[in-house]
Amino acid sequence: MYNIKKMYNAETISDAVKFLTDNEDAKIIAGGSDVLIELRHGKLPNATLLNIRDIKEMQGIELINEDIIIKPLSTFTEIAENQIIQERIPMLAEAVNTVGGPQVRNIGTIGGNICNGITSADSASTLFTLDAELEITGPDGTRNIHIKDFYIWVAEVDLKQGELLTKIIIKKESYENYFGHYYKYAKRNAMDIAIQGCAVNCKLSDDKTKLENVRIGFGVGGPIPLRCFETENKAKGKLINNELIDEIGKSVLEEVNPRTSWKATKEFRLHLAQELSKRVLREAIERAGGHIND
Amino acid sequence: MIEIIKCKINGRDQEIAIDPRESLTDMLRNKLGLTSVKKGCEVGECGACTVLIDGKSYNSCIYLASWAKDKSIITVEGLTSENGELSPVQKAFIDESAVQCGFCTPGLLLTATEIVNSGQKYTREELRTLISGHLCRCTGYENILNAVEKALNQEN
Repeated sequence: MYNIKKMYNAETISDAVKFLTDNEDAKIIAGGSDVLIELRHGKLPNATLLNIRDIKEMQGIELINEDIIIKPLSTFTEIAENQIIQERIPMLAEAVNTVGGPQVRNIGTIGGNICNGITSADSASTLFTLDAELEITGPDGTRNIHIKDFYIWVAEVDLKQGELLTKIIIKKESYENYFGHYYKYAKRNAMDIAIQGCAVNCKLSDDKTKLENVRIGFGVGGPIPLRCFETENKAKGKLINNELIDEIGKSVLEEVNPRTSWKATKEFRLHLAQELSKRVLREAIERAGGHIND
Repeated sequence: MIEIIKCKINGRDQEIAIDPRESLTDMLRNKLGLTSVKKGCEVGECGACTVLIDGKSYNSCIYLASWAKDKSIITVEGLTSENGELSPVQKAFIDESAVQCGFCTPGLLLTATEIVNSGQKYTREELRTLISGHLCRCTGYENILNAVEKALNQEN
């Protein structure tokens, strides 16, 4: 038996906002693959839960003026199998397919993956490199923020009292002509948590010889998912060759800040950051139709 | 706390009095006696408690009983035909000696049933990914994969 004191089933977003505003200690539950485990481990004793899984407005994936709107209750399986995602941002399908195993992907939601504020979330680094915008709804209406501003610290995100994540928006200009890749480094191929995850999304010049734009994201590159903006700026407009890739691999080391944990040491994670950024970038460039010249 | 939910279990409509704090695993085992649903890790890692909900595999240990409202749930007890004959997937598991201690078997049978029911063809590598949410500590998975492949080839 789970140690649940009270569970409220919200049917609309406004219903959920009202309950969250009135119940300061309420914990949102969607898929349950994080919350029920915390409950099982005794970390949420006597919990007041707000069940949002029946809120229709928060389900599904839509295309509005070619902007992709992912509702937060979308499960990893739904995202991986969705045509809009597969055709426009296949790297997100690739990323969410590395989460847990099939049963976990059937229940886990992308909203929960982001809102629990954990650096190893497989969807997060990819959403960073897609410049995802988040719509947050609260008692005063909605506000939109870039996903990089949503993460504050470990397990701490920018959700104020009464607020919940209601949309993940990926604008057309953020994904059009971009090609990306996500690689999860873990000890097992399934049912494991990333020792580090790296996502690279790039756009090449028309002749495919230059990096017109590149976005590099890491999970477990620091306490929260991060982007390597300085490296990205340095790489912009540069000719694609091995030298550039090596430079990028070195440069990301100035921007990541991993720690030693029981899974891996800081030194190993730094080694991974350099190596993964290079390999993932190579793959992204190849997917974009580019070649790496010597 | 008692809540009455309606759902379909192994093809039969049921009304069940549940405690909103209990997991689907507990409901199936304790209220309905469906003990093929195994309690393993209870945190969604081992797959022993897997059931089919509306045709898809879920870990019933991290699924609240109250969420089963209006859903159709299949456990191993629902795989056999009315006269007790084993399903093609069950037969394949026996033929290929895919069972040793048997603890992971009920969950794997259901995931294998989902795979066979999909009507699609899969490579062995894809099958490995599809059963990756189940931990088996005896067989080394080879015979399980042989069984899934056999059932898949027979049906599709």
